[in-house]
Amino acid sequence: MTQREDPLEMVVLPEGGEAFSAGSMTRQILRVFVENKLAVVGAVIVVFFVLFCFVGPLLYHTNQTNTQDALLNSVQNAPPGGSNPLGTDDNGFDIVGRLMFGGQASLIVGFASAFVATVVGVAYGALSGFFGGWLDALLMRFVDINLSIPSLFLLIALVTIFRQSEPLFILVIAYISWLVPARLIRGETLSLREREYVQAVRIMGGSRRRIIARHIVPNSIGTIVVFATFQVADSILLLAALGFVGLGIPAPGTDWGTMLSNGVSYALSGYWWEIYPAGLSIILVVIAFNFVGDALRDALEVRLRQR
Amino acid sequence: MIGFLIRRTIQAVIVIIGVTAIVFLLGRLIPGGEARAALGPQHATPFNIAHFNRLNGLDLPLWDQFYRYLRGLVHWPPNLGYSFRNNQGVTSVIGARLPRTLSLVGASTLLALIVAVPLGILQVVRRNSLLDYTLTAASFIFYAMPSFLLGTLLILWFALDIKIFPVSPPGQSTFVTILTDPRGFVLPVLTLSAITIASFSRYMRSSMMDAMAQDYVRTATAKGAGGMRVLYGHALRNALIPILTLIGLSLPAIVSGALITETVFNYPGMGLLTVNSALGDDIPTVLGTTLVITVATVLGSLLADLLYAMADPRIRFGGGSS
Repeated sequence: MTQREDPLEMVVLPEGGEAFSAGSMTRQILRVFVENKLAVVGAVIVVFFVLFCFVGPLLYHTNQTNTQDALLNSVQNAPPGGSNPLGTDDNGFDIVGRLMFGGQASLIVGFASAFVATVVGVAYGALSGFFGGWLDALLMRFVDINLSIPSLFLLIALVTIFRQSEPLFILVIAYISWLVPARLIRGETLSLREREYVQAVRIMGGSRRRIIARHIVPNSIGTIVVFATFQVADSILLLAALGFVGLGIPAPGTDWGTMLSNGVSYALSGYWWEIYPAGLSIILVVIAFNFVGDALRDALEVRLRQR
Repeated sequence: MIGFLIRRTIQAVIVIIGVTAIVFLLGRLIPGGEARAALGPQHATPFNIAHFNRLNGLDLPLWDQFYRYLRGLVHWPPNLGYSFRNNQGVTSVIGARLPRTLSLVGASTLLALIVAVPLGILQVVRRNSLLDYTLTAASFIFYAMPSFLLGTLLILWFALDIKIFPVSPPGQSTFVTILTDPRGFVLPVLTLSAITIASFSRYMRSSMMDAMAQDYVRTATAKGAGGMRVLYGHALRNALIPILTLIGLSLPAIVSGALITETVFNYPGMGLLTVNSALGDDIPTVLGTTLVITVATVLGSLLADLLYAMADPRIRFGGGSS
């Protein structure tokens, strides 16, 4: 930020910014992970949690859905040890198994809603920026209005009205998350659509759809990938926040936020194993995605690369 | 300047009308209809539903309903709908809770500014030192730390393990109580301001760095102004201006944080009301609090921008062309 850009370098750069093919982007991403230690740590943590939550239950069998059975056949709030490495919760569910089970929901909702939000936001932003004029003004006012509602209040209103179920959480979290990429991509499109290569396509008779899908969106791919990575972390946090206030995945399902919230209600009894594992999982995954996102931003965002 | 003020105010009014429309439409989108939600499954016979719709004007065309909704809102006290769960108007349910949330948000934002501005300056003065890196790392951690977790940990450590602070602030509290009996507010205000401090100090640091690289700073140095004078007289005054905009932009996020903080510390403000109403399927109250808190947030951002206009000489003396 403080370093002034070298004026000579700016002249030398091609007008349209650096264009790169998909192959070179993959290479760039790979280079990030070779150069950036934090990105490696982040990626390892993400892979670990994906394996832990989705492959773990195949190796480590626990009952996570039958509350009746858990209440009758196991000890409630048992401290770590024996057959329960991290103890049990207030229903007698094994905490390690619960972390896997709840983690599945957290990760699925995180990835899926980030995906939906990115796709919708990119399409909306690209259309708005490309067509411009009154349509752009109208579409962007709609974004502004939604962004001015404090997101958790909007989220809770949506969850209350449309009831809690896993697909719904994905859509609802996506609804409050597509606004930011819409703005980002609209800004990007405004500048991209004036570039020579876009005008060249126009002159050659390329359709609007072709320009948006084949030229504008691919050239914003850096911004899109970086946003999507951060959004996974944000979506996991939003679901965790919903879970924490008691509006998460309904029982017998769970998510990390709901687990944390259940644990906190026993804070006075000192059942630490019901609080720290879930809390730590949330933090680790969120920080991991942030590390990866930071590294990707350094590598992919053309403006930053010129530092 | 006048032009800027008028344009900014019109923009806020448009946003408020838009938010009202969204909240209104959400109320009409309830699966199964508002009547079924209000009457409960056992009373929702077709006859009762038709009666309820007629009584509440839900059989009218949508635009007419919206007009009536708006007309109810501009009255004093505004009519925000009826909470069938509480058997009273949403406006009176909200009543004393809005000032509590506002004082929590106000105190936290103030604290965040008081801490973050000196921190940011310190990082610029000692840039690339161990202290700078430590503070950067700390702000990164606090930025990634969800407030429900931070609040929980603060309660566990400072209210249950070492009993320095009470678990929750006094219930009937306002801004006055924060000043007279601050002990109960220490943990909630810390929780809410942690993330804000982290992001404000990051911003302050880069804003100061930018200011230090400007021509007017070089001119001041060239004219022989001392380091302190350049830092505080020239760079800081300019670096502070964007912070005002940042407050306006951060307000929705801070208010969202207040919802979590109120839930963690069981502090009866707008956030806890929204959560409890959501848990009790009280949709009119959830929508009412959402509308009121958003209007408050929009007005807060407007205020921050007006202060910005007064602080920034380019807007104050210019024709408002920025």
